[in-house]
Amino acid sequence: MDFVDTPAEAAFRAEVRAWLGEYLRGEFAALGPGNGPSDETGWDVRVEWEKLLGADRWVGLTWPKEYGGRAANLAEQIIFNEEYTRAGAPTRLSFFGEGLFAPTLIQYGTEEQKQRFLPKIQAVEEMWCQGFSEPNAGSDLANIQTRAVLDGDEWVITGQKVWTTLAHRADWCFVVCRTEPDSTSHHGLTYLLCPMDQPGIEVRPLRQMTGSAEFNEVFFDGARTAKENALGPVGEGWKVAMATLGFERGTAFMSSQLAFEGEFADILRIAQKNGSAREPALRDELANAYAGLQVMKYNGMRMLTNLVKRGDVGPEASIGKLFWTTWHKRFGETAMSVLGADALTVQRSQDGDYEVDDLHYIFMASRAETIYAGASEIQRNIIGERVLGLPREPR
Amino acid sequence: MNFAFSEEQEELRRTVRQFLEAKSPETEVRRLMETAEGYDTSVWKQMGQELGLQGLAIPEEHGGQGFTFIELGIVLEEMGRVLLCAPYFASAVLAANAILNAGTDEQKSALLPGIASGDTIATLAFTEPSGKWDAAGITLEAIESGGKFTLSGEKMFVIDGHVADLIVVVARTAGTSGTDGISFFTVRGDAEGLTRTSLSTMDMTRKQAKLEFNNVVAEPLGAPGSGWPAFSKTLDQAAVALSNEMMGGAQKVLEMSVEYAKVRVQFGRPIGSFQAIKHKCADMLLEVESGKSAAYYASWAAAEDNDELPVVAALSKAYCSEAYFHATAENIQIHGGIGFTWEHPAHLYFKRAKSSEIYLGDPTYHRELLAQRIGI
Repeated sequence: MDFVDTPAEAAFRAEVRAWLGEYLRGEFAALGPGNGPSDETGWDVRVEWEKLLGADRWVGLTWPKEYGGRAANLAEQIIFNEEYTRAGAPTRLSFFGEGLFAPTLIQYGTEEQKQRFLPKIQAVEEMWCQGFSEPNAGSDLANIQTRAVLDGDEWVITGQKVWTTLAHRADWCFVVCRTEPDSTSHHGLTYLLCPMDQPGIEVRPLRQMTGSAEFNEVFFDGARTAKENALGPVGEGWKVAMATLGFERGTAFMSSQLAFEGEFADILRIAQKNGSAREPALRDELANAYAGLQVMKYNGMRMLTNLVKRGDVGPEASIGKLFWTTWHKRFGETAMSVLGADALTVQRSQDGDYEVDDLHYIFMASRAETIYAGASEIQRNIIGERVLGLPREPR
Repeated sequence: MNFAFSEEQEELRRTVRQFLEAKSPETEVRRLMETAEGYDTSVWKQMGQELGLQGLAIPEEHGGQGFTFIELGIVLEEMGRVLLCAPYFASAVLAANAILNAGTDEQKSALLPGIASGDTIATLAFTEPSGKWDAAGITLEAIESGGKFTLSGEKMFVIDGHVADLIVVVARTAGTSGTDGISFFTVRGDAEGLTRTSLSTMDMTRKQAKLEFNNVVAEPLGAPGSGWPAFSKTLDQAAVALSNEMMGGAQKVLEMSVEYAKVRVQFGRPIGSFQAIKHKCADMLLEVESGKSAAYYASWAAAEDNDELPVVAALSKAYCSEAYFHATAENIQIHGGIGFTWEHPAHLYFKRAKSSEIYLGDPTYHRELLAQRIGI
């Protein structure tokens, strides 16, 4: 056991710090950390910021060098995240592209596909969205009905996806389609990469309880993508989709814990100011939140150590996902208790729209976290069946 | 960053587990919990002479093996797993660390080799009938007269106090309060004026005693009156040690639950195939693994003796206590009626978990400590 930087790690940390010190200024510094992957505040400035990151290969940190990455190891990835969060830098825009799609592409893509897509992600010239869930394929994700058929050199996609975060900002979608007409369940699916800007695709925003609309419905009506834009073997899209979900549940959320440290500090400041930190019940609740936050960090470090040793996160990623989402939901409730009567009102935007501040946002948005990327009940099934070896439910 | 045990540490775990599975099966636990002493002298000797467990984390210059708190944590986790009935926690954790923290070099050399070999069973007497776990709970006064100290008063919930050869007593200088005037003393178990009464403990696998001091002549351990930092550190180390021990028990009851859920058939299928049971097991695993993360990290902080120790000690004690108790309670529920019987081991873990949760202060108490230590 060792939690101290090696000389190489310390040097890398210094490099990250120096870079952030030099570039995180002015309008970029003013953005501050936002509210997670779906937050759209200050979008254009954040795109500019992201391009600066990309130009110096902080986007694609872990990618192999031949694809423009820094081939950073996990320790360096953690160090980067730590320093990035500590500096209060803006929430990253590239959760779906860099965080979910790129590692899947590196694992399953052809050389041509990697050369085609990775540089555009790094340059922040192409944004991605995730086409998994459908109206009748939520927790039962394998019940995907969106179809794709080959028409000459092109796939033609018809169907509907839902809860597609930032689809309205995306240039491309990784979309899981049924390509074998009579197949059921997880057989006969293919993981297709589809351009968003075309007549066959319509994106309709879904307004959430927060008042904002980061989610969308995406309608595919004869949408087209080239034949070579299948990622992984045709008919084996489920396996590829599971890899993406593994990244979503595991490594992509590694930096969440650090963001939560910032949220905790904010709430603590309010609690000390308005006196709720002196109320025994809330004091206990705050200490409990802090304990959970540290346990989340320790869990993350153990998981990453296993990842280095074994090479994959494995079903244990479900433990991490279940832990942080459950913690964050309760934390949102704690935030409301800390606010007390101030929790009763929200702001209005200049246009008079319902709009929430950061703490109300945590309170509300955390309800989605135990649903997306596999609901808590699904995570418990995975833990029960794949980690503990309990028998499957008869289906 | 490397948050894993080394191969040598894993080997230690295997060795200890093998030993304990052979020496402390459930039948032995049940036999010993019904005895007055509460431990097996020959197993205790083997632990000391063959495995060197009592001296594992005691420095070599004082007769120990010089390993760290991380190895100590591993051993405790394995002991918690089988509910080993032995004065290990009292002697190797509480007393040994109190002496290491408070004693002079000379005192360490005199007292620790016996504890390290297992020849001396020692304990730490600090809590009193008030049931407080902090400095304010120490009211027993040490009276100095002609360079000699005598103790009068009562200590309660003293783990293995009924069999200890050496008792480290936390007392205070007359007229002081709070963290001022805290002093450590040593007293022989058979000292004149000391009356020891075994308590009837809810958790029969861990014995406790009431100690009544009536003008007992005591030897100061370290400088009298300035013992608070050493006492505070000893309490933090004890909380870390207990956290690790608890996680061994928690892992064991999780395994019991999962095994039972796989074989117990109701409505024509194993109950573990029902989500109601499966999800209970999943939540137990989450809490047990999280508790281990906290306990292991706390062991590391204790081994490094760094400034994170007070914070992680409080948070691991709070988290692990709740995780352990919850796991033992769910274990009973998953087993149904059989889990409520005397014959089934579920109640042994359930009682150990609740006792461990309360011992050294309950989760609310430790969260308050945590709140103070992080500046809430």
